[in-house]
Amino acid sequence: MPPIINEDLCTHCGMCAAICPMHLFKHEKGRVPVVAYPEECWHCNACVLDCPARAVELRLPLNYMVLHVDADTLHD
Amino acid sequence: MLKFNAPITTDVLVVGGGIGGLCAAIASVREGAKTLVAEKSDTRRSGSGATGNDHFACYYPKQHGNDIGVILKELRQSLVGAYHDEKLSLRFLEESLHVADLWHEWGINMKPFGDDYEFMGHAYPGRPRIWLKYDGHNQKQVLTRQARKEGVEILNHHPVVDLVVADGEIAGALALDISQDEPSFTVIRAKKVILATGTANRLYPAAGSPGWPFNTAFCPACAGAAQAQGWRIGAKMVNMEMPNRHAGPKFFARAGKSTWIGVYRYPNGKLLGPFVDKATRYVGDITCDVWNSAYTDVLLNGSGPAYIDCTQSSPEDLAFMREGMISEGLTTLVDYMDRTGLDVSKHAVEFMQYEPHIIGRGLEIDIDGQTSIPGLYAAGDMVGNFRADIAGAAVYGWIAGGHAGRNAASAALAEAEKSPWVEERAAYYSRFIERKRGAGWKEANLGLQQIMDSYAAAGPHRLRSATLLTAGLKYLGDLRKNSEEQIKVDDGHSLMRAIESLDLMDNGEIIMHAALERRETRDMHRRSDYTFTNPLLADKFLTVRKQGGNVIKEWRPRRNA
Repeated sequence: MPPIINEDLCTHCGMCAAICPMHLFKHEKGRVPVVAYPEECWHCNACVLDCPARAVELRLPLNYMVLHVDADTLHD
Repeated sequence: MLKFNAPITTDVLVVGGGIGGLCAAIASVREGAKTLVAEKSDTRRSGSGATGNDHFACYYPKQHGNDIGVILKELRQSLVGAYHDEKLSLRFLEESLHVADLWHEWGINMKPFGDDYEFMGHAYPGRPRIWLKYDGHNQKQVLTRQARKEGVEILNHHPVVDLVVADGEIAGALALDISQDEPSFTVIRAKKVILATGTANRLYPAAGSPGWPFNTAFCPACAGAAQAQGWRIGAKMVNMEMPNRHAGPKFFARAGKSTWIGVYRYPNGKLLGPFVDKATRYVGDITCDVWNSAYTDVLLNGSGPAYIDCTQSSPEDLAFMREGMISEGLTTLVDYMDRTGLDVSKHAVEFMQYEPHIIGRGLEIDIDGQTSIPGLYAAGDMVGNFRADIAGAAVYGWIAGGHAGRNAASAALAEAEKSPWVEERAAYYSRFIERKRGAGWKEANLGLQQIMDSYAAAGPHRLRSATLLTAGLKYLGDLRKNSEEQIKVDDGHSLMRAIESLDLMDNGEIIMHAALERRETRDMHRRSDYTFTNPLLADKFLTVRKQGGNVIKEWRPRRNA
C-alpha cells in the first residue's frame, strides 16, 4: 500500500489525487483521498512532495529492496 | 456506448504533456496557433520527468568550441547515440542552447553552480562533456506554468486513445475523459497533431519483480500509446527491433543510475572497467554506459554481483550526488536512505540491468519532426530515428511545435467526429465497460509480458529466431482476441489501463515483425538463426508500417549529416 495518508493532517485538498502520474487516488470533496490502486504506484514521491499539509508518506513494498553490502567487504 | 462530450476544436493538438509535449505546445502557441495539450494525468507531475531530471545534452560553443562536429561525434558515441539520423542530431545540437536558455529564463535552474552552464557526467576521460548538469526538480511545474501563461490550454486526465485521419491527413483525435469515475469520450478536431507520449514500459516482465508491472525505471503510465496509435493509422515506425535496457539499483527500478558518483566493482574489489579508479562529479565511471550488459553478464557468469562503490569519492562529491538525486527527482531513494541508514559513504549498492523497454525507437520523423502521416508530428522518447532523452524531447518538441504552429494557419480543419473510425473505436472501447463480467486488464498485460519474454526476448543472453518470433506473433494474436472478447473494467481508470495493455500489444507486434526482418545479430537484438553482425546493415534503418492489413517492411540508409 504505497502512499499512506495521515488522516489527522490531511486537509482534503485533493492535490495528491490531482497530480499523481499514475492516477492512483479517488477523491471526493471534503474527504480524505482513497488510494484506490496501490499496486500501480510508481513510487515517484510526487504525492509526498506536493502535499501542502505534509500528510502523505510513501512505504516501499518489502520486495523493493535496494540491495547493498558494507563497502569494506570489497576493499582489502 | 459511452457518452460523447461536445467536440473540441484547436489548431494544434499535443498528445501528452511531458517534457516534449509542453515544449512543443509553447513553441506552437508562440506561432499564433490555438494549442491544446491532452494529458493522461496532470502535466505538473506526469511522465518520466515527473519529479525531475539532471542531464541535458547541449552544444555550448563557449565551452565546446566552434566545431559542432566534435560534439555530434560525442553524442553519437554516448549511451543515447546509436540509432540517429545524423541530420536530426545536428539540428538538435544547433537548437539545444536556445532551449536551455529558455528553460533557465522560465525558472528551471540550468546553472545551479554559478553564473554559467557546467557539463558533467556520462563522459569519457579526456573527452568533451556534452551533458549540461541542471536542477530539474521543478521542471514539470515550470513548463506547465509557462505553457498556461503563453496561452496553451491543458486538458488533464484526458488520454488520447486514437488518432483520426481524413483524406490522408491528420484530422484530430479521440480522447477518453477519465476525470470522473464514469468515463466519456471527447473528439478533438485539430489541423496538426504532435505525439509526445514518452517511453513504452510494462512490455516485458519487470526484471526486478516479475509479476509486478509497475516497478519500472521510467513512468509506467507511458505505455507506447503513440507507436500503437500511429501503427493503427499506417505511420512508419523505425528501429523498433533494437532493444533498450536501463540499469540501476537492484530491485528498486525508480532509483536511477546516472547521478551516482562511484566506481563499479566485483565482490573481490576488482574494478569492472578500465576508465577510472576514482570517480568525480565531472568524470564518473562510464564502464556501464559502454558495457551496457555488465550487471547481467557478471550475474550469469558467476563473477558478480556488481556494485557501485562511492566510498572513495570525496565528501563534497557525495553531498553533490545527494543534491543531484533530488534534482533528478529521486527523492524516494533519498528518503529511503535516510530512513534505513543506507549510507553511500559506507555501503556499496548492487546494480542490475532492468527489463527491455522502448526509448528512442518508434515513429520515424523528418527534420521538422513530422511523421509519414501529413500533419502528424512526434517528439521525445517515442521517436525512432533520434534520441537525446530530456534534451531530445525538449528541443525536438520545440522544433516540431514551431513547425506545426507555423503551418496550422493554412491547413484545413476536418470534422473528425464524423469519421467512421471514431465510431468504431469508441464502440470497441465501450464494450469493456458494458460487459457484466470478464477478465481484468492486468491479465492481458501480464499475458503480453509472458509472450514478449519468451518469444521476443532481448540480449545480452537471450535469443530471438524466426521460429520463436513467428510463434510469438501467433500467440500475441490469440491473446489479443481473447482480451478483446473478455476484458471487463469498472471505471475510467481501469479502462485506461486496459487500453494501455492493448496498445502495448501493438508495440509487441511491431517489435516482432521488425525483429523477424532484421536477419542478423546486432547489439541486444540477438538471433540464434543469424548469429553474425551483417556489415551491410550497419548504417541501415528498418521501417515497418501497416497498409491495408499487410505489414510493409522497408530498409533505408541512415541519413547522415
